[in-house]
Amino acid sequence: MKVAISTTGQTLDAPLDPRFGRARNFLVYDLEQKTFQVIDNTENVNAAQGAGVQTAAALARAGVKSLVTGHCGPKAFEVLVAARITVYTSDAATVAAALEQLRSGALAAAQSPDRESHWA
Amino acid sequence: MIVAIASGKGGTGKTTVAVNLARAMGSPVQLLDCDVEEPNDNLFLKGRVREAHTVTLPVPEVDATRCDGCGECCHFCEYHALACLGGSVLVFPELCHGCGGCTLVCPQQAIRETSRAIGVVETVECGAITLVQGRLDVGVALVPPLIRAVKAHAQPGVATIVDAPPGTSCPVIAAVTGADAVALVTEPTPFGLHDLGLAVDTLRELHIPFGVVVNRVGEGDGRVHAYCRAQGIPVLAEFPDDRRVAEAYSRGELAVDVQPELGELFRRLHLGLLGLTGGRG
Repeated sequence: MKVAISTTGQTLDAPLDPRFGRARNFLVYDLEQKTFQVIDNTENVNAAQGAGVQTAAALARAGVKSLVTGHCGPKAFEVLVAARITVYTSDAATVAAALEQLRSGALAAAQSPDRESHWA
Repeated sequence: MIVAIASGKGGTGKTTVAVNLARAMGSPVQLLDCDVEEPNDNLFLKGRVREAHTVTLPVPEVDATRCDGCGECCHFCEYHALACLGGSVLVFPELCHGCGGCTLVCPQQAIRETSRAIGVVETVECGAITLVQGRLDVGVALVPPLIRAVKAHAQPGVATIVDAPPGTSCPVIAAVTGADAVALVTEPTPFGLHDLGLAVDTLRELHIPFGVVVNRVGEGDGRVHAYCRAQGIPVLAEFPDDRRVAEAYSRGELAVDVQPELGELFRRLHLGLLGLTGGRG
């Protein structure tokens, strides 16, 4: 199963990026293969609007099944639910720490967005 | 002739100048309140609402039975109002700017347009002044379409004053486009000067003739006047920093009603704006 973690860097010891739609990168970790790839999210960092929607759609295209991030707004959450991606929010310091929280069962799946919409 | 009252900085006196200019003209005039996020010309002009129209934007609706999930609409939409997931499309109407492009690019003709209300345009009769104002719905972020709707409700061929929103962004462009001349209201302060410079750059880019109105002369310093001299920008009117004007404003009264001697200053401002158009108006 592939897990995406929002991050400002490109490695397992990089900081977790608390933002979802405008996160700098996503580290996509394969729990079976124990390998990862990095998805560059620069395009959405600079989007005028709809960053969360597009980021969620990109993760769905990458075959991600779970997401660990800091916060998630309503439109991104709607897309993630439609894409059957389970959302977890975490305040872990690093990508590795967030992955460990997920593997140990310390995180509960988010049932709703935890941020207001930026637009309406 | 259409004149617009604009400013880079907010709070310099656009509304005061616009409503008093309308009153001082004395002849039939229409005042378009294009500050649709907070229209307040109506606080100074009491009248009867003659018409009210809801303004809508076209937004996409996807027929799931026709959509094959190709993603053309999502790639086309610059505003990310559509998201494609697997075989289906999600629509976010609040992100849609209403261009209609998705309906055109859909190979399956699976998208039709429905309406989303964004605000109202009201026409209010206030004696010689016909006030047309836009009022944006709470929570709506898309301003220019409502401003264009306000302007579309104006009668052609009638003297028109546009009260523009502050700043230099899209709503301002939407408000001043089509004006024959613009009065930029500023105050003689460092903030007033800074934002006046931004507004001047904007109007030069738009090739609309403009002049400056300096409000609350007496406060601040002389740098706005020095800037206008150096740039060759005409100062069309100067209004002194007068407590009586502020007191009338706080009661919702017009300065020219309370101090009729101010009427001459506004009539001269009107003539100055006419002069900027080279007599085209």
